[in-house]
Amino acid sequence: MKVIEARGLRKEFVVRVKAGAIRRQKRVVAAVDGVDLAIERGEMVGYLGPNGAGKSTTLKMLTGVLMPSGGDVRVCGFTPVPQRVKLARRIGVVFGQRSQLWWDLPLGDSFDLLRHIYRVPAAEHALRLDRCRDLLDLDAFMQTPVRQLSLGQRMRGELTAALLHGPEILFLDEPTIGLDVVSKQAVRGFLAELGEKGDTTMILTTHDLADIERLCQRIVVIDHGRVVHDGTIQALHDRYRSRRRVIADFDEPIQTDIRLPGVELESSTGTRLIFAVDEVGPLISQLTQIGSLRDLSIAEPEIEDVISRLYLSS
Amino acid sequence: MGESLRIYAKLVGAQGRAQASYRTSFWLDLIGSSIIVGADLIAVLVIFSRVPALGGFSISQTLVFFGIALTAFSIADLVVGNIERMRNYVRMGTLDAMLIRPLGVLPQLLANDVGFRRAGRVVYAGAVYVVALSYADIDWTPGRVVLVVSAPLFGAVFFAAFFVATATVAIWWVESGELANALTYGGRDLTSYPISIYGGWFRRMFAFGLGFAFVAYYPGLALLGDPDPLGGPAWLGWASPLVGIAASGVAALIWRTGVRHYRSTGS
Ligand SMILES: Nc1ncnc2c1ncn2[C@@H]1O[C@H](COP(=O)(O)OP(=O)(O)OP(=O)(O)O)[C@@H](O)[C@H]1O
Ligand SMILES: [Mg+2]
Repeated sequence: MKVIEARGLRKEFVVRVKAGAIRRQKRVVAAVDGVDLAIERGEMVGYLGPNGAGKSTTLKMLTGVLMPSGGDVRVCGFTPVPQRVKLARRIGVVFGQRSQLWWDLPLGDSFDLLRHIYRVPAAEHALRLDRCRDLLDLDAFMQTPVRQLSLGQRMRGELTAALLHGPEILFLDEPTIGLDVVSKQAVRGFLAELGEKGDTTMILTTHDLADIERLCQRIVVIDHGRVVHDGTIQALHDRYRSRRRVIADFDEPIQTDIRLPGVELESSTGTRLIFAVDEVGPLISQLTQIGSLRDLSIAEPEIEDVISRLYLSS
Repeated sequence: MGESLRIYAKLVGAQGRAQASYRTSFWLDLIGSSIIVGADLIAVLVIFSRVPALGGFSISQTLVFFGIALTAFSIADLVVGNIERMRNYVRMGTLDAMLIRPLGVLPQLLANDVGFRRAGRVVYAGAVYVVALSYADIDWTPGRVVLVVSAPLFGAVFFAAFFVATATVAIWWVESGELANALTYGGRDLTSYPISIYGGWFRRMFAFGLGFAFVAYYPGLALLGDPDPLGGPAWLGWASPLVGIAASGVAALIWRTGVRHYRSTGS
């Protein structure tokens, strides 16, 4: 069953730009320009795109914050803005840049308020909260006012806050922004576990592609408000013919004129040669013959590379 | 409905606790706001030290209008005063967090800062009103007893509606500056005096077009039992509930339309 369906989703912003001393000129910016999306229950989708692509704007339309300028959208069977309150009970939202907790109150008090706001039975609430406290290590700062939490601590709080009412869909806009390696791993691990259970649909935007590799089978890439890729990461590698790299270090400086089908010499600096290859085997047998090989490593194609190619080409 | 009220009470309570964490500023605000508010009353007294009557009304009659307007305004300010921050919420995109919760945005926004610190003004305004009534030599009938309480309450409803409607302008016009405040405080000040002192198109627009005459002027006349120098019928003194409710309806419409036009921020 599809939990998110959007067809031709658009959002235009009217901005006034300076034209002369007092005169302002109206300009229409299409932040989201005809996005089609269909997401099944339980999917974990990475929503990617360069800065200003329209990711946050899309999520705001899906969560009922912004009224679309055009197109159709249904989330959990509701039309987000007119049915905002009903929809809000079924979804959880984390805007990494903006807190949803009560700034001056202890973290624990925010959770308690949310229980009332979402009318969650006490037992159910306690169960979910206990799990989050365990997995996200909240205990040390449950009594600390939110304004005194570090970014990483606050983000764990935000995630918990978004999950206490057991949402069907979780919208995450840059949930790992600004976190250290350990906090990132905690958040990713937590989301991965949640995803494995299969009943929570997740749509997540991020600029840290490691989040995507860890969590999402499917990625949707947008640029200038339009979808430029929708599929698996593998499909993207195939599309751009991403190749593995072979890095060979020799004992002495070396020149080579190896010619093999599907092998390309990318760089040659003193004792190091780097190749981009389709098939590793034939190259390696050649390499052992041309000199005394000290070290050899094979690098899988980087998601960073393929995504940056996609951003550059569109 | 009952459940919603309970949630609202929880939010207000939480906000009270949050404010209490800044204790000194709370008391300073409370004292400060009580001092400022005394200045309006002095202004009325100064005027009457120069002139015997204003728009055909003596000082004791004028103070009845003044008392109703001030009490109505301070009750409205206590409950919906936080709406004056609307402009900041729109500019900073803070409304996003309220829009993803299964509650109305307006109650959340108001609960965000119920003005416990503004409670002092209600007490002060009520005191002014009571003193004004005692000097005004009112012929008490059962109807007037009802009116003496209902007038400031429905006046508060009217002011609250006006607060909400003007604050909503910020959604379309982020750089609206202090416009909303100027309108609401201006509305209070103009209402504090008998509307017979204003003339021509201004009176027609402000008092009747917008409805401010029904906050203090007509209920005040009905309390005093005086005829309207402008020639209006006596029943106008009893029309303030209708005007308050109508104003709320209009404000709700503007508010709803406004929230749909909310455009958040880019980051
Ligand atoms: N409230 C707004 N008013 C005017 N323009 C806006 C507004 N919000 C977004 N935009 C514009 O819409 C476009 C898309 O913005 P959006 O925030 O959706 O990008 P994004 O993909 O989330 O980018 P980032 O990765 O930097 O967060 C940008 O050009 C931005 O300037
Ligand atoms: Mg964004």
